[in-house]
Amino acid sequence: MRIGIPRESKTGESRVAGSPKTVTQLIKLGYSVCVESRAGVKASLPDQDYAEAGAEIVSTEEAWAADVVTKINAPTDEEIAKMRSGAVLISMADAPRSPELLEKLAKKGITTLAMDSVPRISRAQSLDVISSMANIGGYRAVIEAGHEFGSFFTGQVTAAGKVPPAKVFVSGAGVSGLAAIGCARSLGAIVFATDIRAETAEQVESMGATFVAVESGDQQQSSDGYAKEATEDYAAAAARMYAEQVKDMDIVITTAQIPGRQAPRLLTEEMVATMKPGSVIVDMAASSGGNVAGSLPDEIVVTPGGVKIIGYTDLPGRLPTQASQMFATNVLNLMKLLTPGKDGQLTIDTEDVVQRGMLVVQDGQVTWPPPQVSVSAAQAATAPEAKAAEPTEKKPLDPRPLYVGAGLVAALALVLFFVSPHELLGHFMVLMLSVVIGFYVIGNVAHSLHTPLMSVTNAISGIIIVGCLAGLQLVDPAKLAEPASIVILVLSVVGILLASINVFGGFTVTQRMLNMFRKGPK
Amino acid sequence: MSLSLIDGAFILSGLLFILALAGLSKHESSKRGNILGAIGMGIALIIVILATVLGKTIDGLVVQQAAPSFAIGAILGAIVIGAIIGVLKAVRVEMTGMPQLIALFHSFVGLAAVLVGWSAYFGNVLHGDFNGLHNGELFVGIFIGAVTFTGSIVAYLKLSEKISAKPLVLPAHSFLNLLALVAFVALTVLFVLFGEGPLGLGLLIAVTVVALLLGLHLVASIGGGDMPVVISMLNSYSGWAAAAAGFTLNNNLLIITGALVGSSGAYLSYIMCKAMNRSFISVIAGGFGGDSSAAADDKDYGEYREIKAPEAADLLKSSRSVIITPGYGMAVAQAQSAVADLTSKLQAVGVNVRFGIHPVAGRLPGHMNVLLAEAKVPYDIVLEMDEINDDFSDTDVVLVIGANDTVNPAAAEDPQSPIAGMPVLEVWNATSVIIFKRSMATGYAGVQNPLFFRENSAMLFGDAKVKVEEIVREL
Repeated sequence: MRIGIPRESKTGESRVAGSPKTVTQLIKLGYSVCVESRAGVKASLPDQDYAEAGAEIVSTEEAWAADVVTKINAPTDEEIAKMRSGAVLISMADAPRSPELLEKLAKKGITTLAMDSVPRISRAQSLDVISSMANIGGYRAVIEAGHEFGSFFTGQVTAAGKVPPAKVFVSGAGVSGLAAIGCARSLGAIVFATDIRAETAEQVESMGATFVAVESGDQQQSSDGYAKEATEDYAAAAARMYAEQVKDMDIVITTAQIPGRQAPRLLTEEMVATMKPGSVIVDMAASSGGNVAGSLPDEIVVTPGGVKIIGYTDLPGRLPTQASQMFATNVLNLMKLLTPGKDGQLTIDTEDVVQRGMLVVQDGQVTWPPPQVSVSAAQAATAPEAKAAEPTEKKPLDPRPLYVGAGLVAALALVLFFVSPHELLGHFMVLMLSVVIGFYVIGNVAHSLHTPLMSVTNAISGIIIVGCLAGLQLVDPAKLAEPASIVILVLSVVGILLASINVFGGFTVTQRMLNMFRKGPK
Repeated sequence: MSLSLIDGAFILSGLLFILALAGLSKHESSKRGNILGAIGMGIALIIVILATVLGKTIDGLVVQQAAPSFAIGAILGAIVIGAIIGVLKAVRVEMTGMPQLIALFHSFVGLAAVLVGWSAYFGNVLHGDFNGLHNGELFVGIFIGAVTFTGSIVAYLKLSEKISAKPLVLPAHSFLNLLALVAFVALTVLFVLFGEGPLGLGLLIAVTVVALLLGLHLVASIGGGDMPVVISMLNSYSGWAAAAAGFTLNNNLLIITGALVGSSGAYLSYIMCKAMNRSFISVIAGGFGGDSSAAADDKDYGEYREIKAPEAADLLKSSRSVIITPGYGMAVAQAQSAVADLTSKLQAVGVNVRFGIHPVAGRLPGHMNVLLAEAKVPYDIVLEMDEINDDFSDTDVVLVIGANDTVNPAAAEDPQSPIAGMPVLEVWNATSVIIFKRSMATGYAGVQNPLFFRENSAMLFGDAKVKVEEIVREL
């Protein structure tokens, strides 16, 4: 089948849904790939790179006429018209808020997989564009804030005076919030963060920020990985907390969004008014109504108090190369899932919760919303951990049997020492020292030389030949005729023969092996 | 010859042996180590032969007369014949046959130790001087020697496929082993008490037979895949047998050397057991790897995919980094030269090729390293499991050649698996994995390998050597 990657038509969109790297991989999956001319230019991905990766560079019409079309934003009406009936569309669709779009796609018979409707389960993470874009967005939010902010992030003591570190407050500890925390921390700021889901405190702290809890009896545990709307009691407590916190902050980044709903209002005008002049707020939810009073989508608003409110909605797109690469990789991972045979044939398995969750239009029918999948982040986090912990956790050994054993050995040894002749003890000492030396020496032997080690120990254990010769010396020349003498002679000679095989064979084969080991040319 | 000179030479030999083993810690010093060992052996041999020829003196007093001349002829004859046999064996052995040869060498030491014990007994008979405790040492030497002898012979037969490698599980087999040990203790006590009398020879024969049977049974009940442990264990026993002979003969050189070899073997067994996440006792108790454990598993693992040599060649050509993880199957198929060809072909086109070796791959500790060295693969791209395990995630293609349990993800992921907790090569983290295999049969542990059914795995069925050669032709 043929995959088309058209140029994005939305104004200001700089991303593209395929990269030269993923094109190579898609071709390995058995597909042929065509890319609209200049599709990746804004993401610094020239046509030539796609062509080298094996894609065909085609016109707009041809890219849209492919069997599978992958793009970033939902298609416009004209774009839908360019598609073939029965084709597959893979893009973001904002399914909860675009019923008309789904209707149109259904009418045209276009099977649609919405990249922004991936169920939040661990298996599906590799194709979740919400996560990958939120990650980029969170990072970029800090960078945009830094651009507008009039001071350093990190504290400095210089000859020209002392600069305190910036204080950053991040609201919402989802993927974008955590990315923002990480970025702000690495720039040197002091970071605080909050989230309606108390279970995120640990993640916040793991990123190096301080978690600020909302003092309320009503805490949420999410069952689908997304935050829900809060109760009134909680909202009042949260408002108190925000009012308390933001007046100290230099930068506030809000990320609170609820799928398919208006974003919750976190900061009121009064709260913003308490902030210092020159402070910066980034409202990442500006496109869905805004978390901050006074924010406008895609604009920077300066309040009368001198606070800048950034409402950019294209934050991921402001890192076009990386955002394209990540989106393209998400699409590639989806294609891998949809191409189990690696034969270039796309098959959708509606039994699979991931595929079913993303499938918003199929066979002329709108299939959104999918049946509920409940995979709680909290449960999922605890259950496998408990399982994984079991085998690794080692019971501390009860030392008592060990002590008893050691005591017994010591007692036995003492008894043995008392009854043994002195000569035996001397031998014993030699034995023990040699064993200790042996363990230390052998412990250093390289694993790769274990076979030569065995053959060399074979050779030196041929030292038993000394024993056989000593046995021979037991024969008294005066008593040669006695049967015992003859037996000793025969046994010793046979022993000498066997031991010499070991001695000569062992050293020879070891040397032969060691000669084979050679270092490669550097 | 003065006894002081003899003992001095023995000290020198002992030191040289220690240096020989220490030399093996690095490739660079390994050959020097081997030569030092040979020098140590040479010194010991010359001194003992001279002592036998000239007799021994302490402060000028003769304590041991010179041996009769025909005995000297016999000694030299035996050494020359032994040397010829040994060198011929050493030069002719195929590297895939190393485990057998080493097992055979172990058996010689074991038998020699038995013979030393018997000679010592007849020496006592001849001179009429019996010492109770000395008799005990003598029995220990014979016992360990005989167990080593028959154990090694069975290991040799199993490894050279002259008998089936399957474990022989007799009813109450652990009890039989225990019984043999109890019998040994009882016989030793009897011999210490009555060894001097006419009962002596009977007891001697009895203990030898018990030990021979124990060795036979001990190794017969252990399966082929546990051979690395068995071989190391027998290596250890051969050392202890020599040390016991040293006690019998009041010879410190034998004790030192025996202890070195004994602890070496014990350490190797320990490493091998750790690499299989099994206790030494459970390996020795035997019975693992029979057919019974395989049948219990009827879980559905899904479908596996097949790949052909030309596609595999394409995949290899387009990759940057390749890791090859060989196992016993590579030795069986004699595929090491083909694998070496493949390596140099891929290196020529700029692919970074490395090898990942699991400690228990093969039938002998370090077996894979020797095979690859024979095929002229440079040792600096042959890495240990711990060195390479983190690199699989950056690897494009992993070739699993004749390995199974050592690359089984179930060991790391499924706590219910019989091999759970065994450290394995994490090949599944690579972008793609190609598994060379003759069929879908399970590995030594009888455990199904979920790796084969992973999305990034593909099976390449057939004889590993033929298939690797096909890929080489395609490249």
